Amino acid sequence: MTWEETNKDMGAYQQALDAQSSSGVDSRVAEGRARRAAVRAYRNEHPEEDAAHAAEARTAAPAGAAVPAAAAAAPAAAAAAGNGGAVAVAAAAPISAAVREAPLPTGNIPTPKKGAPDKHRLLAIVPPEGIQRVEREQGDRVHTWPHLLLEEFIAMAILFAGLLVFSSLINAPLRELANPNLTPNPSKAPWYFLGLQELLRYFHPMVAGIVIPTFILVGLAAVPYVDRNPSIKPGDRKVAITLFTILFMFGAVLTIIGSFFRGPGYNWIWPWTQGVFFEL
Amino acid sequence: MAIKPPNLRESEVWKSIFRPGSIYRKGYKDTSRDRALATMNNVLWHLHPTKVKRHGLKLTYTFCLGGLSFFLFVLLTVTGIFLMFFYRPMADIGGAQAYTDMQTIRTSVFFGDLVRNLHRWGAHLMVLSVTLHMARVFYTGAYKPPREFNWVVGVVLLFLTLGLSFTGYLLPWDQLAIWAVTVGTSLAGYSPFIAKQANFLLLGGAIVSPNTLLRWYVLHVLALPFVLVLFLAVHFWRIRKDGGISGPL
Repeated sequence: MTWEETNKDMGAYQQALDAQSSSGVDSRVAEGRARRAAVRAYRNEHPEEDAAHAAEARTAAPAGAAVPAAAAAAPAAAAAAGNGGAVAVAAAAPISAAVREAPLPTGNIPTPKKGAPDKHRLLAIVPPEGIQRVEREQGDRVHTWPHLLLEEFIAMAILFAGLLVFSSLINAPLRELANPNLTPNPSKAPWYFLGLQELLRYFHPMVAGIVIPTFILVGLAAVPYVDRNPSIKPGDRKVAITLFTILFMFGAVLTIIGSFFRGPGYNWIWPWTQGVFFEL
Repeated sequence: MAIKPPNLRESEVWKSIFRPGSIYRKGYKDTSRDRALATMNNVLWHLHPTKVKRHGLKLTYTFCLGGLSFFLFVLLTVTGIFLMFFYRPMADIGGAQAYTDMQTIRTSVFFGDLVRNLHRWGAHLMVLSVTLHMARVFYTGAYKPPREFNWVVGVVLLFLTLGLSFTGYLLPWDQLAIWAVTVGTSLAGYSPFIAKQANFLLLGGAIVSPNTLLRWYVLHVLALPFVLVLFLAVHFWRIRKDGGISGPL
């Protein structure tokens, strides 16, 4: 459909053109924007024509799958036309896509025309409204090099130095050869499982060993889908922060009890009187 | 007669190694362009975007926990490869090769004891740093859209870290190792459904045995690190795709 055939509101066209020209925009851009305004104004005044257009597309569309999309898009286009340009354009697109029938892929590789120069020409004329302007807030940013990388390097160096000193001074444990017939007393799991082992004292093994660990893992993974509060301000997240802190502390306290307050027979002890039964 | 020494940094070889923008290349200037290129043209630094939000530099925002977890993973890989040269995962009756190899590493291998200590303490530290990293991400609300999926990947990484630490715990084949693993695996052995079978599959028998050692060795040095690296790649990639560091608060 050419510009001449398009239904438009010439009053809105002139108004937009004047507004654009007076603001010092290039005349071609101003003309394009005015055209967009004219078409939009017309569509806003005649929403019923859009619906008719969609119905026409429905009958004309050869592929069944495209029909619901076009039908759904029509009211959306009418509704969105007043708001933002990109929305209206995007929503209107499926209509024309449904009308136009794309040729089926043949699988043939096209052969170049005889005598054609061996080069590509890529040129397209795009109406101003076809260009989507993405304006992202640049924000307060600094270069990764040197700022972030230097910080990471220092953190890494300090950690490595600390670990190196610690490893030189303190040997990792190596006990006597494994003996399946000699159970040490107490027998403890690695420290990160001691919270669970501690729970085993209070709950049925089924609960402590299966239900709670599964709940923790699945619950953790589900956190972003359960907590739909969009704010990241600590003040707006009191419930989430409190719940997480309680659970985290709960785990930490159980782990500490299992590590230091359990002795022979996995019975309660005070580490400062009976000693520590804990190995890393 | 003065002989002009050849300038190494102007040689073709040097220039072929260091891409434009490298700080080691002659002509690096401390300009916006070269700073961006220094990040962009380096395979490792390219994990980062060329620019980051200023508040992300604040130590009290990230505490560098994610980066340090990654560093620990690299350190554990390097020290682990070193230890693999001297360790055989065999524990048949009469000759527990695994255990004697541990003793050899401690007494006869050059720096063996230090490397083993680094590996062991580093592993514990990694479990800790990954857990704390998760807590930090929670408290800064960094799991909120569009970062929901990356949080899930993070939970998988935490699970894999625990798996790596736990499988490694068995390898010394001393009393501490087999009984900690016996207790740890029995924790999950009470399910009415598949835990018994899963446990059997994992242990290669009803109890912790030499079969278990071989299985867990393969899991520890190959299978789990491989899966972890895959998830790590997705994790890092998604950080950038989801808009870099979260915040500011």
